[in-house]
Amino acid sequence: MYRYDEFDHQFVRDRTNQFRNQADRRLKGELTEEEFRPLRLMNGLYLQLHAYMLRVAIPYGTLSSRQMRQLAFIADKWDKGYGHFTTRQNIQYNWIKLEDTADILDALAEVEMHAIQTSGNCIRNVTTDHWAGAAADEIADPRPVGELLRQWSSLHPEFSYLPRKFKIAVTGAPNDRAAVKVHDIGLRLHKNAEGAVGWEVIVGGGLGRTPMVGVTVRDFLPEHELIGYLEAIMRVYNLYGRRDNKYKARIKILVHELGAEKFKSEVEAEYARRPHASTEVEERELKRIAAYFAAPQLEKLPRWSAAFEEAKLKSPDFARWAKNNLGPHHADGYAIVNISLKPDGGIPGDATSDQMRVMADLAERYSFDELRVSHAQNIVLPHVKKDDLFAIWQALQGADLAAANYGLAGDIIACPGLDYCALATARSIPISQSISRKFANSARQDEIGKLKINISGCINACGHHHVGHIGILGLDKKGEEYYQITLGGSSAENASIGTILGPGFAGHEVADAIETILDTYLKLREPDEEFLAAYRRVGPKPFKEALYATA
Amino acid sequence: MTATEKGQLVTANRLRDGIAVFLTRSGQWSEVIDDAALALEPQAAAALELRAKDDEKATLVTGAYLIDAERREGRVRAAHIRERMRALGPTVRLDLGKQAEGKGAGFAAPEGV
Repeated sequence: MYRYDEFDHQFVRDRTNQFRNQADRRLKGELTEEEFRPLRLMNGLYLQLHAYMLRVAIPYGTLSSRQMRQLAFIADKWDKGYGHFTTRQNIQYNWIKLEDTADILDALAEVEMHAIQTSGNCIRNVTTDHWAGAAADEIADPRPVGELLRQWSSLHPEFSYLPRKFKIAVTGAPNDRAAVKVHDIGLRLHKNAEGAVGWEVIVGGGLGRTPMVGVTVRDFLPEHELIGYLEAIMRVYNLYGRRDNKYKARIKILVHELGAEKFKSEVEAEYARRPHASTEVEERELKRIAAYFAAPQLEKLPRWSAAFEEAKLKSPDFARWAKNNLGPHHADGYAIVNISLKPDGGIPGDATSDQMRVMADLAERYSFDELRVSHAQNIVLPHVKKDDLFAIWQALQGADLAAANYGLAGDIIACPGLDYCALATARSIPISQSISRKFANSARQDEIGKLKINISGCINACGHHHVGHIGILGLDKKGEEYYQITLGGSSAENASIGTILGPGFAGHEVADAIETILDTYLKLREPDEEFLAAYRRVGPKPFKEALYATA
Repeated sequence: MTATEKGQLVTANRLRDGIAVFLTRSGQWSEVIDDAALALEPQAAAALELRAKDDEKATLVTGAYLIDAERREGRVRAAHIRERMRALGPTVRLDLGKQAEGKGAGFAAPEGV
């Protein structure tokens, strides 16, 4: 894992001291709220419905056990004993006091963490594939590039006041688990026939009120050109991106208004003007960073684990969890463990401090001290011996962390919604809970198969509803919550934006509507056809008919 | 049974901890919406708002604004679900927030799902 150097330490400490001073001045009345708001937001501190909320960056979603334990400590000492893992691979605390915040930032700095650039019109925390460095299908670990981008974009003076916030995602695998096509910039690694690797650069994707799938501006960019090229994109955006209307300020609008070809030619012109001298340093720097992400010392193991196979035969519950929650590791005898933070009827992404400590202990003992946060609000143990899986499952069971629904109907993405968020127009968590309870029957979830249900509590789409196979958007209709359903979205390599099915539903009707949709799917699907594939084959008509037949 | 009074009250977040608070008749800030001063006339509402602006300058609260509400039998119900949420705490964690501390109002936030 990446370790802070002297510069990183100093920079985070300086920033924390700066914030302590700013918060003091605000509490004494020397700063007005208007003056203070941008300063606190630059340090991840929002004011929500019930208290301040602190959003802590988890760079490219990677955590050590020590860091996870510190997150638990913060939850206990300064919050109410839990945290919420977000769709940006971050963690949010919901009950923070302004007067405690500088102490919390100090506690984060102790474990090389911070909350810088988790808000504001800057380049936000870079996200990656949560299976990075472990996945069987991976060409290369995307995290060294993630770290390079973190260092490049942290406090970059030219890109600290962009027209709007800016999100970058990176994947090193052909199966896109990082949603790169719906980010401001998405990077996807390719390997050509000669065995060389290069980055596909995708620009102008995004969700929010104007969802768009990004366009590819380069098919195969050599890694050492990455920073220079991204700088050219950022400059074109900084120059032409709209600042008169925040709803039209994201780069996707610029790409759309200019047209992909014109945008691309602007970027290429800018790139051609770049100072070439810097690229060599970047190559050296990239090697230095990559060394921090060296693969762990995996043992040479047989592909087949007798202990694992026997445990599955003995315990059907374990067998089901193993079938659903494990990912294919690149090394024989190892697996990727996906810990679902979605117990039946639970709150997606929430973990108690005790659960955080259990996961930290398991990572330390069984997974080279590493954890990952996924954008689907789950936790990953990336490098686990198959021989150890049964022991891990038992420990997870004891901590209410053994939900065997990874990638199924119960594995719902939901933003905090109106239960916490000042921007929300409707609640999303209770909707998620009602659906989760309806499909709590494991056999039924297994029968339905792979499914992504994503719920947002407002048009800003933190719950990624546009790219859910089934998306749910909560809106306010004359003071009442109601919910729009979309079908056919995907954030994978075949990304698509979902289509609104018809009139919305009241909150208590949503779970039934989802059931009707899934019953319809079960009736019309072909053998082994997943929900998304079936929808793409038949279109919305049969679902519309089933849902609105009585209307 | 007493009549229902409809009017406006002032709410804000306490500066030092962000907790939702409500301006009372005596000019204090209470965590309990039932304690709020309910202005029945626009002039009274404007006066409440003015007092709140002074408390913003005095760094007691931040982001004060008027909301529609009604008082029924001594209990205050905010018109909008968002404000009922602020007066109670999250509906998905009844063990947390004002509702758990006995400071919640006499009304449920929204209907259950």
